[in-house]
Amino acid sequence: MSLVWAIMRRDMLASLRRGSEWSNPLIFFVMVCALFPLGIGPDPKQLAVLAPGILWVVALLASMLATDSLFRSDFDDASLEQVLLSGSPLFPQVLAKTLAHWCMTGLPLSLVSPLLGVLLQLPTSGMWALLLSLAIGTVVLSVIGAIGAALTVGLRKGGLLLSLIVLPLYIPVLIFGSSAVQTAVEGASYTPQLALLGALLLGAIALAPLAIGAALRISVDQ
Amino acid sequence: MYFESFAALISMEGHGPYVWFSYGVGIVVLASLLVAARRRRAQLEQMLKAAARREQQQNKAAVTGER
Amino acid sequence: MSFWTYFHKWGSPRWFYQFSGRLMPWLAIPAVVLLLGGFAWGLAFVPPDFKQGNSFRIIYLHVPASAVAMGAYMLMATAGAIHLIWRMKLAAMVMKSVAPVGAALTFLALLTGAVWGKPTWGTYWVWDARITSVLILFFLYLGILALQQAFENQEAAAKACAVLAIVGAVNIPIIYWSVEWWYSLHQPASIKFVGESTIHSSMLRPLIATLTGMYCFLGWMVLLNTRNEILYRERNTRWVKDVLTGAGS
Repeated sequence: MSLVWAIMRRDMLASLRRGSEWSNPLIFFVMVCALFPLGIGPDPKQLAVLAPGILWVVALLASMLATDSLFRSDFDDASLEQVLLSGSPLFPQVLAKTLAHWCMTGLPLSLVSPLLGVLLQLPTSGMWALLLSLAIGTVVLSVIGAIGAALTVGLRKGGLLLSLIVLPLYIPVLIFGSSAVQTAVEGASYTPQLALLGALLLGAIALAPLAIGAALRISVDQ
Repeated sequence: MYFESFAALISMEGHGPYVWFSYGVGIVVLASLLVAARRRRAQLEQMLKAAARREQQQNKAAVTGER
Repeated sequence: MSFWTYFHKWGSPRWFYQFSGRLMPWLAIPAVVLLLGGFAWGLAFVPPDFKQGNSFRIIYLHVPASAVAMGAYMLMATAGAIHLIWRMKLAAMVMKSVAPVGAALTFLALLTGAVWGKPTWGTYWVWDARITSVLILFFLYLGILALQQAFENQEAAAKACAVLAIVGAVNIPIIYWSVEWWYSLHQPASIKFVGESTIHSSMLRPLIATLTGMYCFLGWMVLLNTRNEILYRERNTRWVKDVLTGAGS
């Protein structure tokens, strides 16, 4: 457990110092959300209908683009190779790195999302659902995205390939997340959707680190 | 046959273009999978035979060179 | 013969090459006969569906393509798992051989589904649960193919694709279920699907024929591609040279 904390602390401090790692996804989120009214028109009613879907899709893209850099620096300075060679259990380390990454990308995205909800005319009744569904959902996105990042970390042209691999796997999260917001806007209870997202989260945390570990070994060995 | 004439089979009461287009594309896709595999095989055979011939010539050259 | 010697034999590319050479006619002939015969049967001899008319004849291509496309993904993931767990090289070759065939069949299922939709319910594309699921399956195949091509190292490509195929196979039930759920939430009342529930037994028999034929076709193509892959990877061995100069079979 102390190992997990140590890795998380180190990664988060490094990311804070660099700055761009946590600020770029946020800027992307804001900019792309601002493009939608320009693309479909400023009609508040229309925007309100589309807002849950737009916010979720853009947050998903921002989270995915940020995932690309998850293992990049560790791979480049060969510290990843050392971790793999050391034989220490991979599961907690991989999980710690992924969760640290979420704290610096997914968490800020969810915290900022109500602000963008206001810009896109999302009714106030949907704000909590948006924040909560993103907070749970982006963890799943980070964990699944980490599989793709681990598979492509050794390749030159990682970025676009990562999205081809990972986007189909994101679909259940998108469905339940945006549905939570829509249901909240309609005034119904959105706890079922949050519960489903939570189930996805537990499943992903239990299984994905195994795949991430295997993928990292493949990327380092080649 | 269910249809009364060949023309009826082709037109299928107006659904003909859709049905025949589907089957046309289907046959093309399936056949191209087969052709791609066959072509790869021929390409491999050619490549490996050329390599074998080259090897033989080199061996011959080495033998005659020794004499 | 004990299990392990049997297993060892299956892992030998040379043995598999010879065995598959003998097996292939038993897949190729049924594939051609059942597919072409079943198509002709379904196109010309079966009475039309009384609700959909003649457009339903596309079913004899559409259903086998989508079913076998799904089966091919599972075959690919299983081969990938065998490769990762037991380091069997042959499984990696099988996995690589399945991917393009499965992707082509998924494409075919999508296209025939769309063309069938136009005369039957008036539009080429509906975001219906089943169509959307097949589309996602197509995306999963494209991801695998893209990953395969990105690696220069064959061994790493095989392992990476195996991991991705397994992750995809674990996710497919979740994805399909979530898409079903999503569709049941947004189901438009105006579109009523006339599905296979009305199918008559005389319509079912050609379907079974083409379905079986399509499975044989998948097996045939996988064997052809795997044999090519074996020849390529073992190109420097004695037996491959013998095979190609006609000394062996």
